[in-house]
Amino acid sequence: MSVQASPTLFMAMATAATATSAHPDVVSIARVAPPSSLRRTRSKEMWARALRVRFPATLNRGRGFASKAGPQGKVQEAGQGTHSPRLATQGAGRVPAAKIEHLERLALVNFGSREAVARLEKAIAFADQLHAVDTDGVEPLESVLEDRCVYLRSDNVAEGNCTEELLRNSHHVVEEYFVAPPGNISLPDLVNKTPSPTAE
Amino acid sequence: MLGRTLREVSAALKQGQVTPTELCKKCLSIIKKTKYLNAYITVSEEVALKQAEESEKRHKQGQPLGDLDGIPVAVKDNFSTSGIETTCASNMLKGYIPPYNATVVQKLLDQGALLMGKTNLDEFAMGSGSTDGVFGPVKNPWSYSKQYRERQRHDEHGDSHWLITGGSSGGSAAAVAAYTCFAALGSDTGGSTRNPAAHCGLVGFKPSYGLVSRHGLIPLVNSMDVPGIFTRCVDDTAVVLGVLAGHDPKDSTTVQDPIKLPMILGEMDVSRLCIGIPKEYLVPELSSEIRSLWSQAADLFESEGAKVIEVSLPHTCYSIVCYHVLCTSEVASNMARFDGLQYGHRSGIDVSTEAMYAATRQEGFSDVVRGRILSGNFFLLKENYENYFVKAQKVRRLIVRDFMNAFDSGVDVLLTPTTLSEAVPYLEFIKEDNRTRSAQDDIFTQAVNMAGLPAVSVPVALSNQGLPIGLQFIGRAFCDQQLLTVAKWFEKQVQFPTIQLQDLMDDGSLVLENGKLTSVSLT
Repeated sequence: MSVQASPTLFMAMATAATATSAHPDVVSIARVAPPSSLRRTRSKEMWARALRVRFPATLNRGRGFASKAGPQGKVQEAGQGTHSPRLATQGAGRVPAAKIEHLERLALVNFGSREAVARLEKAIAFADQLHAVDTDGVEPLESVLEDRCVYLRSDNVAEGNCTEELLRNSHHVVEEYFVAPPGNISLPDLVNKTPSPTAE
Repeated sequence: MLGRTLREVSAALKQGQVTPTELCKKCLSIIKKTKYLNAYITVSEEVALKQAEESEKRHKQGQPLGDLDGIPVAVKDNFSTSGIETTCASNMLKGYIPPYNATVVQKLLDQGALLMGKTNLDEFAMGSGSTDGVFGPVKNPWSYSKQYRERQRHDEHGDSHWLITGGSSGGSAAAVAAYTCFAALGSDTGGSTRNPAAHCGLVGFKPSYGLVSRHGLIPLVNSMDVPGIFTRCVDDTAVVLGVLAGHDPKDSTTVQDPIKLPMILGEMDVSRLCIGIPKEYLVPELSSEIRSLWSQAADLFESEGAKVIEVSLPHTCYSIVCYHVLCTSEVASNMARFDGLQYGHRSGIDVSTEAMYAATRQEGFSDVVRGRILSGNFFLLKENYENYFVKAQKVRRLIVRDFMNAFDSGVDVLLTPTTLSEAVPYLEFIKEDNRTRSAQDDIFTQAVNMAGLPAVSVPVALSNQGLPIGLQFIGRAFCDQQLLTVAKWFEKQVQFPTIQLQDLMDDGSLVLENGKLTSVSLT
């Protein structure tokens, strides 16, 4: 579908271009006439044609997504010539348990289930496609505004004094302090003692 | 009145043909009637009525604030609104009431707009269906339209075949499409405004990065987020953009370029235009109907004398991967602020700070959010930083360069599809997980966020199933006005039909003639 469609789409455009240029009078009449009528009639025909286009393989398309990106890791058909990214992953590598614990510790977020780890592995495999790109001599882009001098306001106190409003949103406050549990107990010490709250 | 443009309604308000209170009450009643859409998380009825009262006073004194004075609007629930709960559709922020207004919200309020409520979204704006928030999924109003229903063969007694709105700003899209407000704010990080706009038959506009303030928009990806605008016509978008655009001292990523106001879109000479068609966007997964409409749109421009050329954005196939890495990395960083101490949900566990944080985040975040945080943290590990995060930043530069090269070759505006297909049924959509769906659905939209360019999705025609299809125009950075001018011309050519919402037509709320909204009863 893709390769045939690509030249057809743009060949059609090229044909249209020669057609209109052969009839300059038609184009100018359309513009001189009351703006909406002629153009709208022509447009209406175009859109009517669009609606008459049979929409083939709706079901295939729906199924297509389900099967192509399934957890079995089938590779999506890229189509000859086009470079569609592989949405599914092949051979997602296993992330070692130590790394999983390390990530949980850093993020302070629990994986909670084997499926979540599998999702991470798929995400990594998906990201691995980046390595195919040649980025020699390319600087990383941090902001699209890098060529500009962004504004920094002057270091003057312009607002504040909103202690009450800010404290209002916290669950545990004593006088003007946010209250936190003791901070000198690191998480791994508690891994065996605190039951995991998830039930996945 | 509901079928009119913003400027028309504003004029009617100024002339006293209708009052802000009448408009407000009408929209509130439609919100109630369309509650099943689940577009709103919070309906700020009292606030809106009070604002309407004040607007009415101003109008009576002949001193309206501007074109938005007395106009009902809605805001996506990831914008902070002072005194009104802001949840981001997450347990983490349930019950959180911000002490300040986001700059864009403040600007709307300063112009007298009436805030109808906060709209539903995917949790923390992560997703492409508006199905993953804790308040449930948003239903596409077109599921209940005459245009769609009369083309369905199966029984519609059950509500099980309803369609998604797209995401993540689906609530805002549904709110505007169902006539509950005239304009709504969304956010756009990877297409979150343009995607639901295309599925709901609306104009969805993503401004240039740096044009509109992000202060108060709960951040997802700092280098790509922008507030987005939903309206029923391009002119209305220009009105809203005119109010929102501009430097904000509270957001140092907003540029200081002066903006010509008011933003009025003039006539355009199409014959001086050069439209670029990126060939890599012609992917096999694109539905044949959209492919056909895209082609016909190109033909239309050409027949009016515009130059239409094919361009190449060679790194397109890597953009979704690049986006995935950058997005999860920035998300991991941005979500670190949710620890339960100063705001938001706090777990009952208080053995230690870290245990409390971990439990809070476990309880407050959904699987989707946690998954992205963990992926992001993986890419940011010391051993992976160069190979993934920095690599993605380099690929991002290549993608930006692709766009620059296309524009430098003389192209004014790029024309692409917005989505791969029309809106799909919810039951179909949930067969794949959030990450897969986002990777599929963002394909035409996210590269624009990486380059910080302005883009707009314009509704074009109905599909064979009677559902909206939109096409996307992408402009040069900070040429938002020019982009909207092109979009406005195109909109006029295609004459997209009005949604025929059965409920609202049955009770006389909306009256249509020849598919056009002619009047709305205000009772």
